[in-house]
Amino acid sequence: MTKASGIPAAKPTAPAVTVTGNASINDAPLFAPLTLRLDAGRWTCLLGGSGVGKSTLLRLICGLATGADFQGEIRASDAVPVADRVAYMAQDDLLLPWASVAQNVLLGSRLRGQVADQDRLARILERVGLSDHATKKPDELSGGQRQRVALARTLMEDKPIILLDEPFSALDAQTRAAMQDLAVELLADKTVLIVTHDPAEAARLGQAIVVMTPAGLQNFPHPASAIPRPIDDLETLECQAALLRHLREDTSQERSTS
Amino acid sequence: MKALPALAATLFALCIWQAIVSATGLPRFILPGPALVAETWWHHRWVIAEHTMITALEVLIGLVIGSALGVVTAIQLATSRMARVLVQPILVFTQALPVFALAPILTLWLGFGLWSKVFMAVLIIYFPVTSAFFDGLMRTPQGYLDLARTMQASPARILWHIRVPAALPSLASGLRLAAVYAPIGAVIGEWVGASRGLGYLMLLANGRAKTDLMFAAMLTLGVFSVLLHITVVLLTRRLERRSKV
Repeated sequence: MTKASGIPAAKPTAPAVTVTGNASINDAPLFAPLTLRLDAGRWTCLLGGSGVGKSTLLRLICGLATGADFQGEIRASDAVPVADRVAYMAQDDLLLPWASVAQNVLLGSRLRGQVADQDRLARILERVGLSDHATKKPDELSGGQRQRVALARTLMEDKPIILLDEPFSALDAQTRAAMQDLAVELLADKTVLIVTHDPAEAARLGQAIVVMTPAGLQNFPHPASAIPRPIDDLETLECQAALLRHLREDTSQERSTS
Repeated sequence: MKALPALAATLFALCIWQAIVSATGLPRFILPGPALVAETWWHHRWVIAEHTMITALEVLIGLVIGSALGVVTAIQLATSRMARVLVQPILVFTQALPVFALAPILTLWLGFGLWSKVFMAVLIIYFPVTSAFFDGLMRTPQGYLDLARTMQASPARILWHIRVPAALPSLASGLRLAAVYAPIGAVIGEWVGASRGLGYLMLLANGRAKTDLMFAAMLTLGVFSVLLHITVVLLTRRLERRSKV
C-alpha cells in the first residue's frame, strides 16, 4: 500500500480499490475488459472524452445504477465492501434548495437518522470558509461557495474513498484552481478518484493519471511533485500539454477509423 | 397592481351587459341587467349569505378531505410498485367516468344533507391532487437520489427529506386546481338534491323565473370561488417558497 509522502495516515486507513471487468449497454460494449487501480490515500485522475464510460466507471464504484451491464468485480485492498465507504461529489452541487447550508452539509446524518455532530459541522464549515453562511439558503451563494458546501458535505461523510465526477468543471478558472487547492488539502489521506475532461486538472492533481478511450485504460506519466501542483510549474504544464496532445491524437484516430 | 386591470375589465363587462339589456329591452326574466341583479342581491343578502355559508362549508370540508386523500394516495403510489400496478388503472378509469352522473346516486346513498355534496367535491378534486403530487414525487432529480444512495439512506427517509419537499410545487399546482373544481362539485351536488346552498338557490330561482336572483346567487358563487382560489394561491406560495429550485 502506498501512502502520500509525509502525511500521516487517516483512521481508518483508506484502502486501495481495484475495478476489473467490462461493461456493455444492450449487448453493445461500453468499455472492453479493463483494470482500474486506485492507490490507497492518493489522487487518481481518470481522463477521457465524452461517452467513453468514465462516469459509468465512477458510478459503478459508488454502487449507483448505470444502465450498463457490468461484469467484473470492485474490491478494496482490505476486502471490506466498497460501496458503503464512498462519498460522492458531482459537477452539479446537488444542494437541496429548501435546506440551509448547515442542513445540506448534515444531509447524510439526517438521511441515516443519526444525531448530527455539531462540533464537526462547525469545524468543517470553518475549513471551507463558510462559517458565516451556515444559515443561508443555497440560492444566496455564488457558484464557488455552493461547490464548497458540496465539498463540506462530502467531508462531513467522513468516508475513506472519495469519488469526484467532474466536480469543478462548472466553475470559472480562478474558482476552480482555488477549489482544487482546498480539495487536496481537505481530502489528504483519502483514496480519491476524480473523473475529469480537463488535462490541466489532471496534471495538477494526478498522483496517477489514467486516460480512458474506447480501447481501454492507459496509464499516463505524471509529474513527481506533490499535489496540488502550482499552475505555473513547468513540469505540470508540460504534462498538461502532453495529455492534450494525446487526447487529440486519440480523437483523430477514432475519426479516421470510424 | 394586478387588481386594477381586473377591476377595470369587470366594470367594462358590466357596462356591456347593461348596454345589451337597455338596447334590446329584453324582459327581466330572460336577462336582467346588472343594476337589477345588484338590487336583488342587496334585497336578499341575508338569504344569499346563509346559502353561501352552506356551500362554503361543503367546499372547504371537501377540499380538506379530498386533498388529504390525494396526498396519501400519491405517496402510496410513489412508494409502492404494487400500488402503481393495481391502483393507477382504476384511478384513470374512475376519472373517465362522468362524476356528475354519480350525483343522484350519491344523494340516494348519503342523503339530502351536507355529506353528499362534500363527497361530490372530494370525488372531483381527488384525481387532480393525486395526479399532480404523484407526478412531482416521481420526478425527483436523479442526482439527489444518487447522492442519497451513496449516503446509505433508507427509502422512507429519502421520501420524507428529499422526494416530498422536492414535489411540493407540484402539490401546490394540484391544490390550486382543486380550489377551482371543488365549488363546481358542491354545486352539482346541490342541483341534484338539496334544501340549502347556492346551487339549490339557483335552481329554485330559475324554476320561479326569478332570473335576477339566479344571477345574484351565481355571481356570489363566482366571487366565492375567486376568493377561495386567491387564498389557496397565497397558501401554496409558501409551500413553493420552501422548495424553490
